[in-house]
Amino acid sequence: MNYKIIAYVEAAVIIAVIVGFAVYGLYFTNQPIRLSGAGATFPAPLIQKWSAEFKDMTGVQINYEGIGSGGGVKQFTEKTVDFGASDPPMKDAEFSAAPGTLQIPITIGGVVPIYNIPGIPEGLNFSGQVLADIFRLNITRWSDPRITTINPGVTLPDAEIIVCRRSDSSGTTKVFTSFLSDESAAWKATYGAANVIDWPSQTIGGKGNPGVAAAVQQNPNSIGYVELSYALESNISYGKVQNAAGKFVEPTLETLAAAASAVSLILPPGDASWASVGSYFNLHDVEGADNAYPIASFSYILVYKELNVRSGMTLEKAKALTWFLWWAVHDGQHYASGLSYVPLPQAVVTHNEATLRMITFNGQQVNDWA
Amino acid sequence: MSRHKKTQNFLSKLKTNPKKRFSGDSVFRTVVALIACNIFIILGLIIFKITQGSWLSIQTYGINFLWGTTWQPFPSNQNSPPIFGALPLIWGTLITSAIALLLGVPISLGIALALSEFAPKNFNYVISFFVELLAAIPSVIYGLWGILVLIPFLQNNVYPHLQAVLGFLPFFQGTIRGSSVLTGGIVLAIMIIPTVSAISRDVFAAVPNSQREAIIALGATRWEKARIVMSYGRSGVVGAVMLGLGRAVGETMAITMVIGNSFNMFTSLFEPGSTLASIVANEFTEASSPPVYISALMEVGLLLFALAIVVNASARLIIWRSTRKIKEVEMF
Repeated sequence: MNYKIIAYVEAAVIIAVIVGFAVYGLYFTNQPIRLSGAGATFPAPLIQKWSAEFKDMTGVQINYEGIGSGGGVKQFTEKTVDFGASDPPMKDAEFSAAPGTLQIPITIGGVVPIYNIPGIPEGLNFSGQVLADIFRLNITRWSDPRITTINPGVTLPDAEIIVCRRSDSSGTTKVFTSFLSDESAAWKATYGAANVIDWPSQTIGGKGNPGVAAAVQQNPNSIGYVELSYALESNISYGKVQNAAGKFVEPTLETLAAAASAVSLILPPGDASWASVGSYFNLHDVEGADNAYPIASFSYILVYKELNVRSGMTLEKAKALTWFLWWAVHDGQHYASGLSYVPLPQAVVTHNEATLRMITFNGQQVNDWA
Repeated sequence: MSRHKKTQNFLSKLKTNPKKRFSGDSVFRTVVALIACNIFIILGLIIFKITQGSWLSIQTYGINFLWGTTWQPFPSNQNSPPIFGALPLIWGTLITSAIALLLGVPISLGIALALSEFAPKNFNYVISFFVELLAAIPSVIYGLWGILVLIPFLQNNVYPHLQAVLGFLPFFQGTIRGSSVLTGGIVLAIMIIPTVSAISRDVFAAVPNSQREAIIALGATRWEKARIVMSYGRSGVVGAVMLGLGRAVGETMAITMVIGNSFNMFTSLFEPGSTLASIVANEFTEASSPPVYISALMEVGLLLFALAIVVNASARLIIWRSTRKIKEVEMF
């Protein structure tokens, strides 16, 4: 008798579970369009904000995973995501491995020197040469004449400089060391530019932007470098950096946008290789970049020009994706400054419009609204 | 009635057909044995995959991987090949673990002795509970606490005095840095206390009471009794220390957050350093190319694995020998 009751209950539970799964499955097949993206961690908070807003507006669901630029390019090339994202533009080899790639700058990043010298306020001046000498431990004390001559009126202590830098593999390190390599031949010869470099052994490595910031905050007389948005949102002193025009420029959303405007004059077409843009904007040969902060770079979204190369792509999904990108580079930019991201200047938006018009599905232009 | 009949039927079947007896047992035994064998499969797969992954690096660098002091995944001259040598990592792992043992073991032994010899039962439970709580704290929390609390405290209140007193030794010279090898060792010391003290307590508890009674009967003080207990459980304590060492060697997250992560053959403990585990944690996430880079990080993992196996195996051996000896003595 008892066993019978148990058997009935079991049967009922099993049926309920099966029916439940079926209903759940049906519910999800009726779900609206879903798109997936993966790549750089730097723009991830911005893209996730866009996804949330775009979903409220259109019902299209976009999942973005911040797995790193390298992973983003890999998944995009293997066509396992609808769009990729990368901080550096694709290298020539990567670009030819993924024919038909469009690269769309979506926001601007900058790398900022941060420091902690007791009694010294924000806004110390640095030049690329001085930064390179500090980070390769050629300048070892804050009172070194190479620092004091570009900081008239500031009395720097005769204290040893403690250098802090990223210990993990990072695009921020790549941008910063690319800048140092261009500014200092000595730096280029010894350390070069990469996501991980063989730092001098007496430097302190911190994991991620928070790790570097913590190391700087805890070691008096230290210097480090972090992503601009991180420097703006944490309470930490950061310096000005001398640009190609010779001006010491404070890193702000405006001076980064100025750098992007200046570089927009020499941007390649969206369907060409962007490798020439480099890890950061080298504005040495660009006119009218007086207010541009010198260590700035784009962060890119990668999509295929012909969207049918991705399996499972439909016209509906293609339209949703193109609409999302169009919206992101226009209205989406309003959300940027609130999250300490730099909104794209108009010249870059115009450049992106031309790129987005190139997107097709089965040969038909997708965005018929523009 | 029916049940009785069933039992009789069953028993009669057993008598007539003994081969079919308990066929369920053998099925169960096979299933459980297969599940247990999973351990070998998992361990075998891990060893196989790590060795396979590091093969390229082993072929390229050979034994030099152990002696080399340069770690350049992307040399500044883009035409020269990457260079990997793990000596500073091995050095960092050994020194931080040594500091951890030096500071952690005396404290752990004190806890274990207090629990097994001195403390009243109620107090015993409370202390055991808190020590075990230490073991349950995730290592990332130790790391955060290390960055936010321990580093500023040590840097401002401890290290300057340490340097003033012991500054004549080369290990305590140079600029004082909060994120350093010494801080790493101190955090590890705290992390191994639960392991070492819990096992030592069990070892001391296993010392036969006849020994305690005998020494007290001879008029020994409590301290002398404790000394006898310690010498009796010596090899077991060594085993406990080895297990603590295993934890210190393999600890990743907390040490990465406080050690300063520099590829450095340090001489002063105030310098930043790296361990085998910390470099993998730092560099594996985005290491996509060149292939030999991933392979070199895999080989670091292989070294770590080998070290862990050696440490654990010797700990087991020592504990096993000590408990056997105690049991033999108890028989008399």
